Amino acid sequence: MSQAPVLELRGIDKSFGPVQVLHDVAFSVYPGEVTALVGDNGAGKSTLVKCIGGIHPMDSGEYFFAGEKVHVSGPRDAAAMGVEIVYQDLALCDNLDIVQNMFLGRERKSGLVLDEDTMEEMAAKTLAGLSVRTVKSLRQHVSSLSGGQRQTVAIAKAVLWNSKVVILDEPTAALGVAQTAQVLELVRRLADNGLAVVLISHNMNDVFAVSDRIAALYLGRMAAQVKTSEVTHSQIVELITAGRSGELGLATGNGASA
Amino acid sequence: MTTTTSPQKTGSPAIGSQVRDYFERVRGGDLGALPAVIGLVVLCAVFASLSPSFLSPINFANLFTQGAGVTVIAMGLVFVLLLGEIDLSAGFASGVCAAVMAVLLTNEGWPWYLSVLAAMVTGVLIGLVLGVLVAKLGIPSFVVTLAAFLAFQGVALILLDEGTNISIRDETILAVANSNLPPLLGWAVLVVGVLIYAGIQLTQMRRRLGRGLLADSFAVIAVRVGALAVVSGVAVYVLNLERSRNPALISLSGVPIVVPVILVLLIVWTFALHRTAYGRHVYAVGGNAEAARRAGINVDRIRISAFVICSFMASIGGIIAASRANSVDPNTGGSTVLLFAVGAAVIGGTSLFGGKGRVLDALLGGAVVAVVINGMGLMGYSASVKYVVTGAVLLLSAGVDALSRKRASASGRR
Ligand SMILES: Nc1ncnc2c1ncn2[C@@H]1O[C@H](COP(=O)(O)OP(=O)(O)OP(=O)(O)O)[C@@H](O)[C@H]1O
Ligand SMILES: [Mg+2]
Repeated sequence: MSQAPVLELRGIDKSFGPVQVLHDVAFSVYPGEVTALVGDNGAGKSTLVKCIGGIHPMDSGEYFFAGEKVHVSGPRDAAAMGVEIVYQDLALCDNLDIVQNMFLGRERKSGLVLDEDTMEEMAAKTLAGLSVRTVKSLRQHVSSLSGGQRQTVAIAKAVLWNSKVVILDEPTAALGVAQTAQVLELVRRLADNGLAVVLISHNMNDVFAVSDRIAALYLGRMAAQVKTSEVTHSQIVELITAGRSGELGLATGNGASA
Repeated sequence: MTTTTSPQKTGSPAIGSQVRDYFERVRGGDLGALPAVIGLVVLCAVFASLSPSFLSPINFANLFTQGAGVTVIAMGLVFVLLLGEIDLSAGFASGVCAAVMAVLLTNEGWPWYLSVLAAMVTGVLIGLVLGVLVAKLGIPSFVVTLAAFLAFQGVALILLDEGTNISIRDETILAVANSNLPPLLGWAVLVVGVLIYAGIQLTQMRRRLGRGLLADSFAVIAVRVGALAVVSGVAVYVLNLERSRNPALISLSGVPIVVPVILVLLIVWTFALHRTAYGRHVYAVGGNAEAARRAGINVDRIRISAFVICSFMASIGGIIAASRANSVDPNTGGSTVLLFAVGAAVIGGTSLFGGKGRVLDALLGGAVVAVVINGMGLMGYSASVKYVVTGAVLLLSAGVDALSRKRASASGRR
């Protein structure tokens, strides 16, 4: 399994005004694998993901995609490379319906006119593939959906495209037991189909159930990025809470990983 | 896969279930055009019973020319309101554009088409400045356009040499609000319009059914087309009645030219809002600007474009007002014009909170406003009463908007 990462970040720094949120972060994502990104509240997981998605510009650092150094200066750049993100706050428009949300910013057109029929067909197919529960109509406004249904729409929006990397920021936070199992199953399925998947989660059981690798952020530094099979539950918990665990983790707080 | 149902997606729902859906939406706070339609019916009934001349053909025609300017401005305002912004300067922007046209037309002797073009370009430039100030500098639109509201009054005074009144003598410009289509042409436009509408609806239904998607049933389409045909048929019929006091001297009948002008604007902007990616992005920015940004939409550009469209439509509104008054003075576009225009958009169902509204709303609301202005005029109310009623109408419509929004958030629709 020693293939090249499809997406690789090196030395990422990111500050919001005077507050530095990410320090010299390195992060690699491999095709066909689920990489879990863990860390305490405020560790910088969502910020890192937004940098990958082009939502926040990075202050410094290098961004490689499929081995090439790239410059991502906006959400369109990331989407064009095949990086799809399900954001923690979902980022759906309440006043638009399911289909409109799924194609937002990338509408199908025939000439000048929106091709609603094709979009609806594709959306229906994708949602059926995710075995979506009882959505009354695809033309329903997102505001009338339950939290879990909204989450599913956000996920469907990400897997609709022929993406190479799918990043899910706490996708199961609002979901019940059955839906959570479904999403985890989907995460696994995507990776088995050759996609690189990043899963952010606070639930260690989920992380160990589906991930191949685990990356632990501690106070904006990458404490360690390790194979799931080579670590234990408690080691990861220590990495999350203290930034180090035995051999693993931050040595002197300079972001070096084992 | 687990035992879950995929969304139902083929065939046509029964008309009963569509009616039920509609009532459910209304109860959930999504009033749509309902307040405007009810308001229109009630107001017409009240004014008709209080003042017999309200229902006369000549007054019916007056409604259209009286309401046209405000309605056109309101149509532009819908774009700004959809983003949750406001343009308080649209009224005086229309005045400035009208003044530009009048100066060029009457004082400089330009041909009408160049003067109109110049007025429209002025509108676009005004919108560009307002939009850039709001989108790029981040000044709240309320403040930017309130400042512009004051400044444009001054600009209009300067253009009109500190308050002179410039009269319009150009036949073409005067025709816009003062002439009518030949009666036969009115019928022809009606028939062609209804047929095209029916054709679009039917091909859309067949295309969707052919692809196995949920489509409106034939009955629903028939009701829609029938309603359009009846309402517009009655309107054309009444407008084609002779309404001259002295038909032997001059005959006066036919659909006022502003009506097809407004219909063209309605179709163009409705198409832009509902059938193009641009329109989709306007709704998205109004609904959740951050989500739109993350979807790669250039939010600033959408914001600026909305102000440009609004001021552009204001310029057309100004031209119509100038045509109707046969002149431009520093008060053109002033006084109650803006309040009526905002009121028209909001009464029609466009939300002041952004994300919800249609260009058609402005037309329906504009009709309500026209009936109010016209009815009060017929009953001979003084300016003081009109001001109070204007304020009350705007407040009432904003209140309905806020309440329906509250209701909608309680029922999880918004
Ligand atoms: N737009 C912003 N402006 C200023 N500070 C921000 C911004 N976004 C995030 N931060 C700060 O950056 C830090 C990291 O936040 P981030 O959302 O990345 O954490 P997280 O790891 O995703 O946490 P959680 O598990 O709670 O989602 C926090 O201290 C937060 O306050
Ligand atoms: Mg987060």
